[in-house]
Amino acid sequence: MAMKVYGPAMSTNVARVLVCLEEVGAEYEVVPVDMTTGEHKSPAHDARNPFGQVPAFQDGDLILYESRAISKYILRKGGSDLLRESNLAESAMVDVWLEVESGHFSSTMSPIIFQCLVVPFLGGETDTKIVQENLEKLKTALGVYEARLSRFKYLAGDFVSLADISHFPAAYYLLGGSHASVLDAYPHVKAWLAEVMDRPSVRKVVELMKLPSA
Amino acid sequence: MATPAVKVYGWAISPFVSRALLALEEAGVDYELVPMSRQAGDHRRPEHLARNPFEKVPVLEDGDLTLFESRAIARHVLRKHKPELLGTAGNLEQAALVDVWLEVEAHQLSPLAIAIVVECIFTPFLGRERNQAVVDENVEKLKKVLEVYEARLSQSKYLAGDFLSLADLSHFTIMHCFMATEYATLVEALPHVSAWWESLAARPATKKVAEFMPVGTAGAPQK
Repeated sequence: MAMKVYGPAMSTNVARVLVCLEEVGAEYEVVPVDMTTGEHKSPAHDARNPFGQVPAFQDGDLILYESRAISKYILRKGGSDLLRESNLAESAMVDVWLEVESGHFSSTMSPIIFQCLVVPFLGGETDTKIVQENLEKLKTALGVYEARLSRFKYLAGDFVSLADISHFPAAYYLLGGSHASVLDAYPHVKAWLAEVMDRPSVRKVVELMKLPSA
Repeated sequence: MATPAVKVYGWAISPFVSRALLALEEAGVDYELVPMSRQAGDHRRPEHLARNPFEKVPVLEDGDLTLFESRAIARHVLRKHKPELLGTAGNLEQAALVDVWLEVEAHQLSPLAIAIVVECIFTPFLGRERNQAVVDENVEKLKKVLEVYEARLSQSKYLAGDFLSLADLSHFTIMHCFMATEYATLVEALPHVSAWWESLAARPATKKVAEFMPVGTAGAPQK
């Protein structure tokens, strides 16, 4: 039976899970959850994700939520080497940079994406102060990334891992948005992101993420 | 006695530093805490930036390995020394549930609890007044989150199932601070969350780490 992912592919957290399914070549189904009508707060969705968020995930009787937890499950089940769990030092570095992705990259990109894409879509006005504050935090983080990626090919070391791929959803919106030029000052980051975005799994999910025409 | 191979850098009163210490205590690993001063800006000095370019604590040195981010440190310590706290080997479902509740702690509970703790306990050290509006907003959200925990802990003894895991332990240090505020009543009102908290706090390792974090005595608000 195919695994199921509940939520719109355009959600960064849903996209993260989808790319892992693509990486392991799993059979899966994306079940839409219409957030514009509040479907993510419905009793049916609550049974799958009690925090009222997307994604939720189902594999047989197992129901999971929180995209990074789901991603790891999928990768382990599919026999992927993107977690490096057979090597203590390598898996530790994957964990470190996955925490960094969550706490420093996606956390600053999230309000930028919300203000620049979601708010106008809902008919509101972008709060440029929030965008600027978070762009400054992003630049601070990118400086650290630039130093890291000047020493190593990928974040956890000289091997690609979930830590790199986990950046792609927010990076997709950064690269496609009006602030992409912020990356110009960080050439190693820019090159690394280009390589991540070029992975077949990422290209496939990007197609799923493309916003419907207005 | 030989110098321990494991060093943790930071100030133990930080729930992030103490999260790392708790993992080491639970795993029974010998370690040295290298004290740092937040006030003196030790975390911004070049020697610390070389360990953690994000200027934060804790940092763990384990032989040649230098790690930062407290949850990554805790995972490494347990993977190396007490892997059963990450789930039974080869049991994908258990490992997944440990990860789920670690993420829930990080994304759903801790941001709210930390905001409340900062306002209620740490504002004197930050040189400003408590912002009650921030407290109230986070308390309302936290009540809803704790209802999810209550439902979960009505079904199993611990968060990932009927086995203690890092998912439970990862909550301890932040909750220890939270339980020193007047909003501890939010936890006390929920029978399963309350019982789960009591059992965590009764562990020898958590009792030891609690002593590193004297938040109950350091600037606790008037009740």
